[in-house]
Amino acid sequence: MKPFDPTPDELTAGDMAAIDRIIAEHDNDPTQLIGILLAVQAAQERKYISRPAAVYVAQKLNLKITQLYDVISFYTALHDKPRAKYPLEVCSSAPCRVNDSKQLLETLKEILGIELGEVTYDGRFTIERVPCFGACDVAPAVRVNGVVYGNLTTPERVLAMLRELD
Amino acid sequence: MAKTVSFISRRFGKYDPWSLSEYEAHGGFQGLRRALTMDGYEIAKILSANGIQGRGGAAYDMGRKWTQAKDVKAPDKCVVCNADEGEPGTFKDREMLRRDPFQVLEGMIIAGWSVDAKNGYLYLREEYSHLQPLLRNAIRQCEEAGYLGENILGSGLNYRIHLYSGAGAYVCGEGSALAESIEGKSGRPRMKPPYIKQCGVFHLPTCVNNVESLSLVPNVLMDDEGFYKRQGTPECPGTKMISVSGNVERPGVFEIPFGTTIREIIELAGGVTAGHRVQLVQLGGASGCLASQAELDTPYTYKDMKNAGLTAIGSGAVLVVDERTSVIGFLRMTQEFFCHESCGQCTPCREGNRHIALLLDKLAAGTHTQKDIDTMLKFAHIMCNASLCGLGESAQSALLSAVEHFPEVFEVKKEVAIR
Repeated sequence: MKPFDPTPDELTAGDMAAIDRIIAEHDNDPTQLIGILLAVQAAQERKYISRPAAVYVAQKLNLKITQLYDVISFYTALHDKPRAKYPLEVCSSAPCRVNDSKQLLETLKEILGIELGEVTYDGRFTIERVPCFGACDVAPAVRVNGVVYGNLTTPERVLAMLRELD
Repeated sequence: MAKTVSFISRRFGKYDPWSLSEYEAHGGFQGLRRALTMDGYEIAKILSANGIQGRGGAAYDMGRKWTQAKDVKAPDKCVVCNADEGEPGTFKDREMLRRDPFQVLEGMIIAGWSVDAKNGYLYLREEYSHLQPLLRNAIRQCEEAGYLGENILGSGLNYRIHLYSGAGAYVCGEGSALAESIEGKSGRPRMKPPYIKQCGVFHLPTCVNNVESLSLVPNVLMDDEGFYKRQGTPECPGTKMISVSGNVERPGVFEIPFGTTIREIIELAGGVTAGHRVQLVQLGGASGCLASQAELDTPYTYKDMKNAGLTAIGSGAVLVVDERTSVIGFLRMTQEFFCHESCGQCTPCREGNRHIALLLDKLAAGTHTQKDIDTMLKFAHIMCNASLCGLGESAQSALLSAVEHFPEVFEVKKEVAIR
């Protein structure tokens, strides 16, 4: 990792304006840091918090960069590495597992030609395993940018979901 | 055949959850109006009289909690609605927030009035971020109609509700971790005491309640005919929202009277997947106990479950697993979950979970010795006694109950024993 750089010089004016807007929507309130970071992440093409973005948020909220990275590394839903436009979060908890989420995972790997944690060549898809997101009534399920796709019991349904995304 | 009831869920699907006026047309905010004519102790007394126990999992007497919260002397206090429904297999809070959001807010406002709080925090898990627009709209409409803000309905109560998002950490369902998270920090549980009822969010006395508990409040206050108390059993009156998932035909959320048996609950969800039979049922999420075939006729009440060696109703999750998944295979799934979700702060939970996971791998391979079983149980007990928070304390409920209800899977194979 690069040594800590206090100036977020890799951000464009547009990026900074977008972050400013997000922070303003959260009342410039540093206690709403988690909500702010989630929004910053969602606004990025690759759904992660880049280092310049993190530094910029820390400066704006007058927080230490260590606190930001403490928070980012603690929470499962926050990421500091590039992901994909559509991160496919496959539930790995028991309710989905007993409904054969393994088959769903294998189908995704086969269709996309990637392993867990890898990103497709065009940066569109990545496969992740996450704990229960409360869609057990439609298990096995996948969550993509906050939207749940359930009952993915056959390869046809998985394919239909991927088509719907793009 | 088991029956469902409609008490908390009576407005589900009956009104448009985006419209405050429709909620009012369906009897909404009558509970608040009545609450504002009473004082906090009277309200707490009604909750106790109805035998309401906290629905988040700890099953603490709700009236007592509110009395204690009211007793704390402080210039400012706050209320937290815990919507960080993280137990795998639980999605009842999702349904309550989605189908009757105003009811939860009404419960939060009554809580604020009862314990003299100025602010209420609705802590919504990130996984339910799709509900944020709905909830923000509900809060905004309540503000415009004067149910939130200054001098609510002329009572002198000043109260606001803030929506905070989690970010995918199971441990944030624990009260003090939740408080840390609302303050914008990583959600590591605090050392107790002081308890959050004395020093919680922003170091203020904090009263934390589950979504279902708060939803119950306005309904119970308006329950003049004693409908709620007539449900269930004399010892355990009332109704419970449960989430049934796993290998059943029609998984979903149901409101049942206490005292319904586990077998009836499975029937309610359409029975086990056709062609299969029940292997085990996990009650109350990943931190809940495992029931075997023999316990299926246990009535779903706090006391009966405890007598059957099933400590928790917990979050109300009922996960039905058929014979395609082995008991050890299931325990490994649960263990994987806790290895991932342990915050790593205290040694018993951080190390205990990992080592038990390794020993379960041995059990799955059939290469375990009696010493391995003893070590595993020793670690499990250490975790129960020495962990910093409820996560570590309850993480091994599944394992410990499995040892009791499925002793056969822990038998040591002979050829290994000789070696």
